[in-house]
Amino acid sequence: MSVPRKKLSGGQRAVLAAPYLWIVVFFLAPMALIAKISLSHPAETRPPYEPTFSIDDGLAGVLAKARTLGFDAYRALADDRLYLDSYLTSLLIAGVSTAIMLMIAYPFALTMARAPRRLRSLLIGLAVAPFWTSFLIRVYAWIALLKDEGLINHALMALHIIDAPLSIYATNGAVVIGIVYSYLPFMLLPLYSALERQDPALREAAADLGASPLQVFWRVTLPLSRPGVIAGCLLVFIPAVGEFVIPDLLGGSETLMIGRTLWNDFFANRDWPAASAAAIILLALLIGPLLVAERARLRAEEEPS
Amino acid sequence: MPLLSVEHASKRFGAVVALDDVSLTVDSGEFFALLGPSGCGKTTLMRLVAGFETPDSGRVTLAGQDLAGAPPHRRPVNMMFQSYALFPHLNVFDNIAFGLRRQGASRVAIQSRVAELLDIVQMQNLGARRIEQLSGGQRQRVALARALAPGPSLLLLDEPLAALDRKLREETQFQLKDIQRRLKTSFVIVTHDQDEALALADRIAVMRAGKIEQIGSPPEIYERPASRFVAGFVGATNMIEGFVARDDGGWFVAPFGRLKRADCALRDGARAALSLRPEQIVVARDGEGVPGVVEDIAFRGETTQLRIGVAARQALRVSCTNGNRFSLGEPVRLMIAPDAGVLFAEAE
Repeated sequence: MSVPRKKLSGGQRAVLAAPYLWIVVFFLAPMALIAKISLSHPAETRPPYEPTFSIDDGLAGVLAKARTLGFDAYRALADDRLYLDSYLTSLLIAGVSTAIMLMIAYPFALTMARAPRRLRSLLIGLAVAPFWTSFLIRVYAWIALLKDEGLINHALMALHIIDAPLSIYATNGAVVIGIVYSYLPFMLLPLYSALERQDPALREAAADLGASPLQVFWRVTLPLSRPGVIAGCLLVFIPAVGEFVIPDLLGGSETLMIGRTLWNDFFANRDWPAASAAAIILLALLIGPLLVAERARLRAEEEPS
Repeated sequence: MPLLSVEHASKRFGAVVALDDVSLTVDSGEFFALLGPSGCGKTTLMRLVAGFETPDSGRVTLAGQDLAGAPPHRRPVNMMFQSYALFPHLNVFDNIAFGLRRQGASRVAIQSRVAELLDIVQMQNLGARRIEQLSGGQRQRVALARALAPGPSLLLLDEPLAALDRKLREETQFQLKDIQRRLKTSFVIVTHDQDEALALADRIAVMRAGKIEQIGSPPEIYERPASRFVAGFVGATNMIEGFVARDDGGWFVAPFGRLKRADCALRDGARAALSLRPEQIVVARDGEGVPGVVEDIAFRGETTQLRIGVAARQALRVSCTNGNRFSLGEPVRLMIAPDAGVLFAEAE
């Protein structure tokens, strides 16, 4: 049976076109620009890379300049320990933060999803309440909490739990704390919506068939919440890898996250091609696994009987 | 000793009394139906047996063992859910094997048991299907197979046929009864559909507002309903309001005439209601009966339903096998035997 192809009305096209246009103008076009810069060569000019194309050159001139594009910046990156370390540290910090968030948010979301219906919206409201304050202010507040002479160390020492202040501030640990704190709602909400949708009869059916409460969780609740777990993890992991503000404010001088390294190359070293190449690699690093996961999901869904 | 015994069970949800001092027993190998309108407590009673609710008072025993405090996963009772509650992340095979795996059955034992159940519900070769690929009827059968797989001594079925269309429902009724008879497992079915209860069950408990109105075999329930509610809920009936006259034997005085009653224990002048099944009234062109006029004829295949006007704004439903002989507006006579129907005192 063939379904006649549905024609979109003018209004529908406009509604669809607006966000796509937005993405083309403010994401794809800058991205293409960065890709181009990553193939250029650093220079003591303004802007600090060569070649730069100009309409005055004419087509032949542009083509001649394009021939000087090259992968030097990428080759330099591969040799640079600083970049490798930055990538690894970023992935590690984002990975650890994501795992901690999952462990905190899952029981939280489960409790919310099983709370009495009239309580749920209140609980969601409380979970996103921090968003009412500026992100920057909240991260700054953590400095006051984590410093050697900060609130946490004062309290622990006053209670005689520790003798000397814990040095948390300006470490990778502080960055993890900051990321977990800032991104937790983005993990919580997809988990909540996946868990809230689950039919309670499925859990009853599992219990009825002899599954203990723990088995009900492992065999039914957890596998059924997988889409929520994946969505939540991607939603926090991807921005956490490229995070700049939190490592800049809470991290120490040895905290080499890729966002900071990029910033340094762009603004301190003025090596735009190297920084652009690093940004492109970061994008590839993040999108690659995403595409693989998506393909695997689609294949699992199409699996013939 | 009965297999299942519920003794004086009561359950309230806030201000709502779901069960009010309910007692019943189900024998081994019996097909038992809990019948009643929605909100009568039948589902609560079933969930009490499965362990999803605890009674406020009273007790539930299975094969002589008190089930108090036993959580659902430790009860040798399985349930087929109204929504089927099939696990969407597992295929047909793994759904059916779920209970067997929890029992710690071996791989080989699971393979053969699942194959056996797929055979019973006529779903051979469909073990690898995903749940979303199944039709409603197939899902229903997987749900049944899954609940039967662990070999429960008692199977609870919550409105098992409600989601099927009518033709499939009738077909499935016979299959369900056949499977029950073959496996000799006790089935307790919850239904609001009186036809289903009458067709399937060995015994029926008719429930209303948290209480059991009557327990009996389908013919008992149909022919000797214990209350006006049961008479009206199970099968079609003509409920005729009137009073009793005790001169010269017993009479029921209806708005359209006096009907002789064979057994009438009520006192003279007592208000009463007579429940007459449509097929207990005999229509004839002439004779001694109550005069009436054919107001409507509905052909139903093997029977014909007639509406006979007998008094101002009162009509009786009559079912007969030869109704085609009559035509609209025709004057007829209704013969009502002295032992037909059931007389209820106006206490309700």
